[in-house]
Amino acid sequence: MSVITGTNWTAYDAATMTAREIYGRTLAEMGKTNDKIVGVTADLAKTTAIVHFANAYPDRFFNVGIAEQNLFGISAGLAKAGLIPFASTMAVFACLRAGEQIRTDIAYQNLPVKIIATHAGISFGHAGTTHHCTEDFAVMRSIANMTVICPADGIETSRAVRACVDIPGPVYIRIGRGFEPPCYKDENYDFEIGKAVTMRDGTDLTIICCGIAVLQSLEAAKTLAEQDGLFYASSTCIPSSPSTGKRSLRPLPKPAASSPSRSTMWSAASGTPSPP
Amino acid sequence: MPITPDEKKRLKNIAQELRLTMIDVMAWSGGAHIGGSLSIADILTILYFKYLNVKPDDPQWEDRDRFILSKGHSAAGFIPVLAKKGYFPEEELRSFNHFGSPFAMHPDSNKVIGCDVSTGSLGHGLSMAVGLGLGARYLGKTYKIVCLLGDGECCEGSVWEAAMALSHFRLKNVIPVVDRNRLMIDGFTEDIMALEPFADKWRAFGFEVLEVNGHDFDELAAAFDKAWAAGEDAGDSGGSGESGKAGEAGNAGDAVKTAKSGKTGGKPVMILANTVKGKGVDFMENNVVYHYASGDSALCEKAKASIMRES
Repeated sequence: MSVITGTNWTAYDAATMTAREIYGRTLAEMGKTNDKIVGVTADLAKTTAIVHFANAYPDRFFNVGIAEQNLFGISAGLAKAGLIPFASTMAVFACLRAGEQIRTDIAYQNLPVKIIATHAGISFGHAGTTHHCTEDFAVMRSIANMTVICPADGIETSRAVRACVDIPGPVYIRIGRGFEPPCYKDENYDFEIGKAVTMRDGTDLTIICCGIAVLQSLEAAKTLAEQDGLFYASSTCIPSSPSTGKRSLRPLPKPAASSPSRSTMWSAASGTPSPP
Repeated sequence: MPITPDEKKRLKNIAQELRLTMIDVMAWSGGAHIGGSLSIADILTILYFKYLNVKPDDPQWEDRDRFILSKGHSAAGFIPVLAKKGYFPEEELRSFNHFGSPFAMHPDSNKVIGCDVSTGSLGHGLSMAVGLGLGARYLGKTYKIVCLLGDGECCEGSVWEAAMALSHFRLKNVIPVVDRNRLMIDGFTEDIMALEPFADKWRAFGFEVLEVNGHDFDELAAAFDKAWAAGEDAGDSGGSGESGKAGEAGNAGDAVKTAKSGKTGGKPVMILANTVKGKGVDFMENNVVYHYASGDSALCEKAKASIMRES
């Protein structure tokens, strides 16, 4: 069992599972030790993989049918009752169909609802525009109290899902639909919501990115270093932007360890929600 | 249990005082949704002074009954009843709508002591009530959640999403009450967007509908007695269940386990309260102009005189 995440699967599994599959399994494991965690979905239990939690704890899993406004209103109510709801649907239905429930019921009241949205961006490409979501960063980052996290791969998804429970307010974690090759070797790295991760050191160029761009940026840094004579291209992953005192993609987290004079590659998975 | 004559007299007095305070709030705040506040004065009175088990000196008491004003624009009626109940001094209502005041046009649970849930955008309250009901059931809590909706609000599709879920989960600890005052901002509900057959719509969604005169304390008490009794078994219903065979994610043929819908017997109860918008102030009654209004001292005195004549 991993010391870091407490999960009983390994980085090897992460190399073969989608981020949502890892999310579902991570949440099911978290349910063992935290009976305040409840699951909610709008007829997308299997699609978002929250089904792993549902099957382990059917007494605290609520499927509201195809009704996203109700999904997030109910999640707000569950949080008001003292619980920690994980609400999962596709990103577009969360941030647009039910955007007002998220802003007004959840974020305005600063409730600890964890929105784990799948199929973000154009990761569900062949489904067409109705199922794409290129607006969620803009929507979620502009909402008071909201912590926004965009993990780089399945390993970081697991770290983020575990870490978000400790944030007292709402969290939005956006992941894709399909399989993404991992960019972390294992869970043994310093993940903290709101803190950037230095993926590679360098002196000439800094690439700041998050999500699936991190792996691509690492490839780009390698190419630049090898072919274009840039001595050290660097990359930083910024996975999250926290609100007050937390971290995620808003505002942009500080660079991990690098000094400003050096170029680095950051990965920014998370940022801080801004104060209301 | 039928309401006693003494109790009725006490409630009538409180409701009258409450209506007078609403008129003051309309003046202090510079304008208020007075019509829809006056229409719920009797419902708020009987809830806060007979049914809701709350502790004003311990507003966050875990086991308190919850009240959600889904028609949040009637804060000018709701916030004064909290003051009257003793959550904060009535004198503080003078700051209503002023810069820095906790009290504004729509109630903010972050700021108003005794306000359980922030509301204002219509169609949100009942979903939150359902969430509270599911949470209370899972935690083994027996408190009730009363959600007061406007009739015009029921144009919002999200109300029916919530009604469907409330009925599906057989949440008898949640009591929806609709203030059927028949007016919305632009006119009569039946002219703007017809709600009728309104009671049948709720019945079709699985509710036992108790239709009452929302200004008659005997009828309101009978309905709330019944709703409260229906909720008595809410704490032990539900629980784990399996709606189908458990499956791995992605196996399309397998159903997902989910919380059981609750006990099969008995429908959840909702109260359809027929009311008069502007009730108690003769020139405001059934008058669309008084959906939202401000008042100078002459108008307020005229309104108060009318309220005093009602007793």
